[in-house]
Amino acid sequence: MNWEAVIGLEVHIQLATQSKIFSTAPTAYGAAPNAQASAVDIALPGVLPVINAGVIRMATRFGLAIDATIAPRSVFARKHYFYPDLPKGYQISQYELPIVAGGHLDITVAGRDKRVGITRAHLEEDAGKSLHEAYERETGIDLNRAGTPLVECVSEPDMTSAAEAAAYARKLHSLVTYLGICDGNMAEGSFRIDANVSVRPAGSVEFGTRTETKNVNSFRFLEKAIDFEIERQIDVLESGGTVVQETRLYDPEADETRSMRSKEEAHDYRYFPDPDLLPVAIDADFIEAERADLPELPDAKRARFVADYGLGDDDAAALTQSRVLADYFEATVAAAGGDAASQGKPAANWIMGDLSGALNREGRGVDASPVSPSQLGGLIARVADGTISGKIGKEVFEALFAGEGESADAIIEARGLRQITDTGAIEGYVDQVIADNPDQVQQYLDGKTKIVGYLVGQVMKASQGKANPKDVNRMLVAKLDAL
Amino acid sequence: MTAENGIRSLVARRAAGEISAAEIAAHYLERIERHDGDLNTLISVCAERARAQAEAVDAGTAADGPLAGLPLIHKDIFCTEGVKTSCGSRMLDNFIAPYDATAVARLAAAGAVTLGKANMDEFAMGSSNETSYYGPVRNPWNRDYVPGGSSGGSAAAVAAGLAPAATGTDTGGSIRQPAALCGVTGIKPTYGRVSRYGMIAFASSLDQGGCFARSAEDCAHVLGAMAGFDARDSTCVERDVPDYAAALDGNIRGLRIGLPKQYFADGLEAGSRAAIDKAIAELEGLGAEPVEIELPHTDLAVSTYYVIAPAEASSNLARYDGVRYGHRCADPVDLDDLYSRSRAEGFGREVQRRIMVGAYVLSAGYYDAYYVKAQQTRRLIADDFTRAFADVDLIAGPVTQAPAFRLGEKLDDPVSMYLNDVYTLPASLAGLPGMSVPAGFVEGLPVGLQLLAPWFEEGRLLNAAHAFQQATDWHTRRPPGYESQETP
Amino acid sequence: MSLTDDQVRNVARLARLGLDDARIAEHAGELSNIIDVFESLAQVDTDGVEPMAHPLDLTARLRPDEAVPVTTRDAFQAIAPAVADGVYLVPKVIE
Repeated sequence: MNWEAVIGLEVHIQLATQSKIFSTAPTAYGAAPNAQASAVDIALPGVLPVINAGVIRMATRFGLAIDATIAPRSVFARKHYFYPDLPKGYQISQYELPIVAGGHLDITVAGRDKRVGITRAHLEEDAGKSLHEAYERETGIDLNRAGTPLVECVSEPDMTSAAEAAAYARKLHSLVTYLGICDGNMAEGSFRIDANVSVRPAGSVEFGTRTETKNVNSFRFLEKAIDFEIERQIDVLESGGTVVQETRLYDPEADETRSMRSKEEAHDYRYFPDPDLLPVAIDADFIEAERADLPELPDAKRARFVADYGLGDDDAAALTQSRVLADYFEATVAAAGGDAASQGKPAANWIMGDLSGALNREGRGVDASPVSPSQLGGLIARVADGTISGKIGKEVFEALFAGEGESADAIIEARGLRQITDTGAIEGYVDQVIADNPDQVQQYLDGKTKIVGYLVGQVMKASQGKANPKDVNRMLVAKLDAL
Repeated sequence: MTAENGIRSLVARRAAGEISAAEIAAHYLERIERHDGDLNTLISVCAERARAQAEAVDAGTAADGPLAGLPLIHKDIFCTEGVKTSCGSRMLDNFIAPYDATAVARLAAAGAVTLGKANMDEFAMGSSNETSYYGPVRNPWNRDYVPGGSSGGSAAAVAAGLAPAATGTDTGGSIRQPAALCGVTGIKPTYGRVSRYGMIAFASSLDQGGCFARSAEDCAHVLGAMAGFDARDSTCVERDVPDYAAALDGNIRGLRIGLPKQYFADGLEAGSRAAIDKAIAELEGLGAEPVEIELPHTDLAVSTYYVIAPAEASSNLARYDGVRYGHRCADPVDLDDLYSRSRAEGFGREVQRRIMVGAYVLSAGYYDAYYVKAQQTRRLIADDFTRAFADVDLIAGPVTQAPAFRLGEKLDDPVSMYLNDVYTLPASLAGLPGMSVPAGFVEGLPVGLQLLAPWFEEGRLLNAAHAFQQATDWHTRRPPGYESQETP
Repeated sequence: MSLTDDQVRNVARLARLGLDDARIAEHAGELSNIIDVFESLAQVDTDGVEPMAHPLDLTARLRPDEAVPVTTRDAFQAIAPAVADGVYLVPKVIE
């Protein structure tokens, strides 16, 4: 039988506010245990929540960016369950009236465009952390994270492959970091993905039983987890079994998903509107002001990169995936000077070639690049104006990356890398190489003209790379043809 | 009561140097020492703290506010930094509050001195003060009788002259009912008038802080200092607080007073009815105009309240889990044991009962039938008042169906206890301000007149009560045995 | 309406109240009586009546996004039943 996967994602996006959603405690990551847990966060008797305006603003911007409806009136509700990292015995969340409803994201997978629906995005507070390993017979509770604002973004079950799910997750990640509402740090849990996966016979309209795979903390693991889960479910069904609706956890080391609880208690969350909080009203003026203040978003930027910099769509897509990278690119082009349309392509090549290669080797992001956009732009300008060859350019780049010079110009000067433009000097090298390589010259004369590349290489070697290879090639061919 | 021995006079005498704050505090601490053994109105006496606060007032190092040197008792539901704040529960028997409730801080900033923390029904759930972990409070008028609840300790303490005033909270009548049963004046302001921050939550959409004193004028002084905007309570209203005391002119000529037919129906005990009728005649004599009105959904108040309040309570009390503060059972074997045993041991029966009711009405399959339905009937009840206040300035009626009952009489019959709240619940559900004003006696037990005003019209309410007290002396009567040297 | 002991047990479980069978039976009786009182609500026509969540028809006042350092951890943990190294301790949770 042919099977079809149905995938929906729930993503918890941690909002980059200064203070928590309902208390004034700071949200900074990594403080000593409970050093950022205020009276409200530890739920002392008598304390009350007050809604952070920054959270409402960020959620509004998110809703606008996914072309959703911003609820003129949204309501916080209490979701009850007992767990030691949930101090009140309930989580303040949104249930019946979320702040954002009905948006979408457009993705491209293998050249095919697809629109993924977003059902809703609601605000809620994060729980604290349970430390299971630190103590022998006890679990430790750190409530620093308790009350950190989250947007939970729930997609429609519109995706049919792990690749689509990963593309959607990447796109969402890109969007929230562009908006500046999330730092996007997946290792610290700022962007947590749960995947709802089910399979059904291809063409069927009914959904199969789904499982929820929790807390996948990288895009690569997301793809692997979903692929595993699809295969597992197909195996279960094909061997005559039934898929159990359950929560599963992806184990990246074993590359498999595992059931989280053997006997899961049926939850009865007893949602009801939080009587400590009044409904949040958002008026049209506020929405329009936020809309006007939105930064350029990835799709628009990508289109502009194609139009303004003469980039191919793939390059533009890659460069606009993160706002930091896109900004780096634009700053580099600006520093390179000259015509944006002609400097765009070399800048893109440098950034996605040598720079990202070097950064990957060191495990750094572009925001921590030792080569600044103005340094890289300066280098590109020197290649463009013929001061150095592309090959020497790579040497200069390595020197910049290693911090061995202030600028491309300084390195070129200090190392004497300026391209030889004196035709007399080049002619000397050419004559010498023709004289020193009679066999290869004969092969050329016998019609094996490809050998000219070898001869060019010899001239370049003799000039220590400083001759312009085009000039060398032109001069060599002219001299050989004249023999 | 005459103004000479009210709060204004006491504060003025201290300011003039006729008496020191330390002497005032010592006087009341001595009365507490002498009488509270019989009455059990206090869970904690803060003698040292009170002396230190009073000395600071005398030395001029404390806030020199409008209540400088006035001793107060706080209901043990208000967090007081460094003092046990038990909420009448074993669950919080070991809870030393690490912060002050806003109401406590405001009163301290006005110069008030804290004598102690008043006994109360556990987590404010009760109408008789018999659900306290610390034992029942006794009614000073007859110690075999209940003082009412849940702020029974506050009401009884003021009645016995253990403090000139006390704070309380009212969720479904918890200020008005004990004020009535103890023969003192009590006011529950409009929901949102007094900050709930630091006031341990029972039912968040209903709880409201207020106070007890000997007279409406004294209540005006205390409420004026307690009330006001607080950014830490999202439901606290940003609205100026009038100078209630300064506005008391005792003139109620032409005031239209609505008498809800439903509050004078079957069930109102005859002696109480006679006292209320007489009080209304008194108001009429002062120039007010009684008008019969309808509050047709009154009979839904008990059901509505006993769905909504337990639902909110079951949620508000989920934080008591033995993890961060409060009672933890001995040697829990696992997490479930920690929760189930700490909560079963820490909460008394009435609290458990309400948690169960609340969890039930919110649970899957019952939410719409009970909780949503009760929110709808709540609106019907509130709309009754909106319509009534289009035509009248105040509403008057009884606070309770009968005077205080005997200790233990209704303890085993929760439903009958709940039905007793029928006259106080509607105003709580609507969030209206209300008062109980002493209005007579039945067989030696006080009867209270309930007055209700439109939202945020506490001033009108206090002035009507003040007018009544200028013309009557019910509020000056003292329980036998507690009269001597009542004021310093 | 009469609640069964099992229904009551389920509610006690939701509320994490550890009650023995005798107490469950007592609660079953009491709860049934209380729920009976609520039955009067079912008779009321509330079609089109907006549920009332708050006494005042207001909307939320928002707080500016400003962080205030927390300096109270030790004071808060002084009243905690079990702490070590700044964390609250509970019996080991088996995941």
